[in-house]
Amino acid sequence: MSEVQDYKSSLTDTTSRKFETFSYLPEMSKEDIRKQVQYIVDKGWNPGIEHTEPANAFDHYWYMWKLPMFGETDVDTILAEADACHAAHPNNHVRLIGYDNYAQSQGTSMVIYRGPMTA
Amino acid sequence: MAVKTYNAGVKEYRETYWMPDYTPLDTDILACFKITAQPGVPREEAAAAVAAESSTGTWTTVWTDLLTDLDYYKGRAYAIEDVPGDDESFYAFIAYPIDLFEEGSVVNVFTSLVGNVFGFKALRHLRLEDVRFPIAYVKTCGGPPHGIQVERDILNKYGRPLLGCTIKPKLGLSAKNYGRAVYECLRGGLDLTKDDENVNSQPFMRWRQRFDFVMEAIHKAERETGERKGHYLNVTAPTPEEMYKRAGYAKELGAPIIMHDYITGGFCANTGLANWCRDNGILLHIHRAMHAVLDRHPKHGIHFRVLAKILRLSGGDHLHSGTVVGKLEGDREATLGWIDIMRDSFIKEDRSRGIFFDQDWGSMPGVFPVASGGIHVWHMPALVAIFGDDACLQFGGGTLGHPWGNAAGAAANRVALEACVEDRNKNGVEGLEVRGGDVLRDAAKSSPELNAAMDTWKEIKFEFDTVDKLDVSHK
Repeated sequence: MSEVQDYKSSLTDTTSRKFETFSYLPEMSKEDIRKQVQYIVDKGWNPGIEHTEPANAFDHYWYMWKLPMFGETDVDTILAEADACHAAHPNNHVRLIGYDNYAQSQGTSMVIYRGPMTA
Repeated sequence: MAVKTYNAGVKEYRETYWMPDYTPLDTDILACFKITAQPGVPREEAAAAVAAESSTGTWTTVWTDLLTDLDYYKGRAYAIEDVPGDDESFYAFIAYPIDLFEEGSVVNVFTSLVGNVFGFKALRHLRLEDVRFPIAYVKTCGGPPHGIQVERDILNKYGRPLLGCTIKPKLGLSAKNYGRAVYECLRGGLDLTKDDENVNSQPFMRWRQRFDFVMEAIHKAERETGERKGHYLNVTAPTPEEMYKRAGYAKELGAPIIMHDYITGGFCANTGLANWCRDNGILLHIHRAMHAVLDRHPKHGIHFRVLAKILRLSGGDHLHSGTVVGKLEGDREATLGWIDIMRDSFIKEDRSRGIFFDQDWGSMPGVFPVASGGIHVWHMPALVAIFGDDACLQFGGGTLGHPWGNAAGAAANRVALEACVEDRNKNGVEGLEVRGGDVLRDAAKSSPELNAAMDTWKEIKFEFDTVDKLDVSHK
């Protein structure tokens, strides 16, 4: 049995902040992101991109990047919008959403670009 | 019109209640009973007796029968089927006219369906296998206070199962120490923690102090992690008045979710509390203590799929469903059947999963099935494969028993869950259980907490056979 380790997390250490699904895994590679986009397309969900300052990530409402891409099934087009949002807001979290209009909810939501966790 | 005359005495039930030519109405409540009659009692007579005794009949004719139209109100045994692989029992299908029952009252429906009839002498055993509630009746019930989608929106959890933990030891902690255990779990990455079912308001920890300390834990963990958190504050109480008092205080403190035990607490209290939760915007977690007394014996009692339907009508946003893979009873196909009954809006008859009737829930919201009991990180791939996203996975010992404590245990489970979901999204649910070991080992490379958890629980398995299996031919 290994030595007991301390769990590093605190109010003052902003890197303790998480942002829901997949935020406990290492940041995704380009190829990982592509596969998650493909998953959303395969589920028949409408992809959407949102972003926010890391300090405001707890809020329900982030800033929408344009409108959700209704009916868009081309993975490259969706990735290009995510990249454009990230380029325009490099200090913000960028999340990818799959809107499930039958469940009238989000089928999934995940941060694919992480802003610097210093604020 | 008045063609019937009064003849005192005992009639055979089948003369009145066995109607093999009856076509059930869309508005009838239908029931499937598994009957094991006493030797010598014909099947039709036993089925008719169950129909009679669970509806209008009594053992002898009474003159007041003629003051009403019993042919309208009576239950009708309309079909009999063999039970596969069982010579002594059979299925009887009974239709009840909707006007036999008070609207919106599972209390009233089940006082009839599983009332005196279960003590009936002509039967050795009796089991209620399934009930079809017509949409006309479903529409009179409140159902889940919020349902799966609204809970996801409130808690901001998407694209994965919710992750929880029951705080242990189940009895004996002081309120302040208990709040500590909650805080550690939530800061480590769990979404929800849970009062054990028998934590109510005992001398070692009164409810008010527990609520106060737990809410401080939730608020701090939310600020620390930036994620929304909750704890099922158990408001199950000796009286409805006390239950509402505790629920009211939970609301005052800003608790997002409370909890009730719907069988020991009673369907009346549960339906009332569900309505209160809907009115007050509080989520409702439902535990099922005492269910195995009713649902475990394969020939007597009430099947859990019926208990699950009762809860969906009475109201609850979560309901314990069994895990398939943990320490508690649960056959896989049958469990998948009642998970669908909790979550879906329409469930088709499917005998391979023990479902005897189509069930249309209309727009009634779904209930999160809760998998809890004897599960740990190594079960995660199977749990994600079996339950999909719309479930709450609860690791009690599997969180608190981590060698580095609750926060590390929580983080280990969260990493394992997310790794399994990420892999499923990439490579499909097919084969997830086979790939699971590699997925976890890979994820553990960047999570020392998961690595330690995998070392701790590697060898634990639960391999007792299920007592209550689906009825399939095994001859």
